Amino acid sequence: MTTLLTDPATTGAHRADTTHPSVSPADAVRQTMTMAWRATLKMRRNGEQFFDVTIQPILFTAMFAFIFGGAIAGDVGSYLPLMIPGILAQTTLTACMATGVQLREDMDKGVFDRFKSLPIARIAPLAGPMVADLLRYGIAATLTFLMGLLMGYRPGGGVLGVIAGAVLAMIAGWSLAWVFAWVGTIGRSAQGVQGISMMIMFPLTFLSNAFVPVETLPGWLAAFVQVNPVSHVVSAIRDLANTGTLTAEVGWALAACAIVVAIFAPLSVAAFRRRM
Amino acid sequence: MYAVTTSPTPPTTSAVRTEGLVKAFGGRRAVDGIDLEVFPGEIFGVLGPNGAGKTTVLRMLATLLAIDEGRAEIFGVDVRERPHVVRQLIGLTGQYASVDENLTATENLVLFGRLQGLRRADARGTAARLLDRFGLGDAASRPISQFSGGMRRRLDLAASLITRPPLIFLDEPTTGLDPRTRGQMWDTIRELVDDGATVLLTTQYLDEADQLADRIAVIDAGRKVAEGTPDELKSSVGDSSLHLLLADPTQLAAAAETVRRQLGGEPVLTPERGRITVPLERADRAADVLTALRTAGISLSSMSVQKPSLDEVFLALTGHDTHSETQETAA
Ligand SMILES: Nc1ncnc2c1ncn2[C@@H]1O[C@H](COP(=O)(O)OP(=O)(O)O)[C@@H](O)[C@H]1O
Ligand SMILES: [Mg+2]
Repeated sequence: MTTLLTDPATTGAHRADTTHPSVSPADAVRQTMTMAWRATLKMRRNGEQFFDVTIQPILFTAMFAFIFGGAIAGDVGSYLPLMIPGILAQTTLTACMATGVQLREDMDKGVFDRFKSLPIARIAPLAGPMVADLLRYGIAATLTFLMGLLMGYRPGGGVLGVIAGAVLAMIAGWSLAWVFAWVGTIGRSAQGVQGISMMIMFPLTFLSNAFVPVETLPGWLAAFVQVNPVSHVVSAIRDLANTGTLTAEVGWALAACAIVVAIFAPLSVAAFRRRM
Repeated sequence: MYAVTTSPTPPTTSAVRTEGLVKAFGGRRAVDGIDLEVFPGEIFGVLGPNGAGKTTVLRMLATLLAIDEGRAEIFGVDVRERPHVVRQLIGLTGQYASVDENLTATENLVLFGRLQGLRRADARGTAARLLDRFGLGDAASRPISQFSGGMRRRLDLAASLITRPPLIFLDEPTTGLDPRTRGQMWDTIRELVDDGATVLLTTQYLDEADQLADRIAVIDAGRKVAEGTPDELKSSVGDSSLHLLLADPTQLAAAAETVRRQLGGEPVLTPERGRITVPLERADRAADVLTALRTAGISLSSMSVQKPSLDEVFLALTGHDTHSETQETAA
């Protein structure tokens, strides 16, 4: 007979002596990256996970430019510097909305029982897919800028400014994804999570300065738009891509991201622990 | 062949020890004060019908569910206080396949190996070795969605063994498997114990507990109703028993009366099947019953004298049937 377990039966108690009392931060990062690897394998097999980040930037860029371009900025060319960063932010943030639904679906599967029974950091199963999602945000950012360039967008910030804007969009997507991760861990069903996520997502993206200048809005709406973190992200991407400058808006955007993560990452992990 | 541990030597630390374990779902106690002790190196069976609370017990021990009341220790480590340490001592094979449907068999094992700190090459080596060992080498790079039920179970078990945990939980490891695959799974479980692991398994199948387990706890509606070796449990309902299957089930009452007059004991009736089971002090008393039945004009489609099955043990302990069809085919 092949020997599968070399340890004699009595070593159970001995094993208890060689265990680790907790997960080290380095191990937690490694486990998160392993979970991210799993998520990329899943993405490769379910092509539809790339639909939103490919079709939306292409369709929205063309549609918004021709429908609203004339009305808002006079001609398409001058609307593009305002619009492209807006679409970039909107696409990334819509893409991160899927986090909660996917997490909920994932958590309802048997494999999550195994994850929970393994001696791994509780944050790894949550953060792993979100790290993999950076890939999707990256695709969205690349396609949005490419579409813009095709339509005559000439970003004043140059290559570096555009890359910085794309990276900021990815950071923002990853940060906001924690809100949806939390919704995913507390929600009862995937549909419920979808509904709540929509309710959070629409005011955040549409009540922002993504597509219209704040000055054109009535006072009460302008007030909300100005405190909406998404507005800061959009402004920051505009500053980076269009002028290549590190403005206060970039600082505000990063601070908003940090605050969102600081609140919702612990909430998500706590909710995840409680569910078990 | 495998060695039955008839008298486990008293160990210093039990593999599992629970005291007054309770889990309530919305005010209903699914697990209602269960005490268990599993010794290192044994196969311990938790036997009970659907809904008895077996999975809930296992999920609490495997740190998947919070313990509402009572306490549990795995190799002396408190489950509630040090779940992370407990997770390093156990492997869990759930009732429903706990592997990733989107990944291949190899990818699954590499994933679980990497998560538990194996380097890439080690994780691949371990995965290949386990897949070969479980007869899944040819299916290593196929998606799990193409796997049969038996292949899934084997992969699931393989995934529980990557770090060679000293304690393995198996929740209904053979439910839904065909008899041949079931036999293979039994052999595998015995090998695990031969190689040094301790196994805590749940089952609805009385013959499975009888075949595999060194000791059995019978649970019903969240409570433990009996515990012992299979032989101890069997002897609790008498030495042997007489099984009669009537040709005409409508004669059941008359037949029962005849049996009662002959033996004095109270027969157990299964009216739907026209079956009578009655304990026998001496096997040769069966002849008297058969003669009396023929005199009364009651004909039988079959009869046998058997050591009592765990089915009867369950009936005697809980007062109701296990609703298990397998006993009919196995008998
Ligand atoms: N998550 C849950 N929520 C509510 N009730 C549950 C839950 N899990 C199990 N139960 C109930 O607890 C009882 C025991 O279930 P379970 O442990 O799965 O039994 P078994 O594994 O022995 O079939 C059943 O009545 C079941 O309906
Ligand atoms: Mg069960």
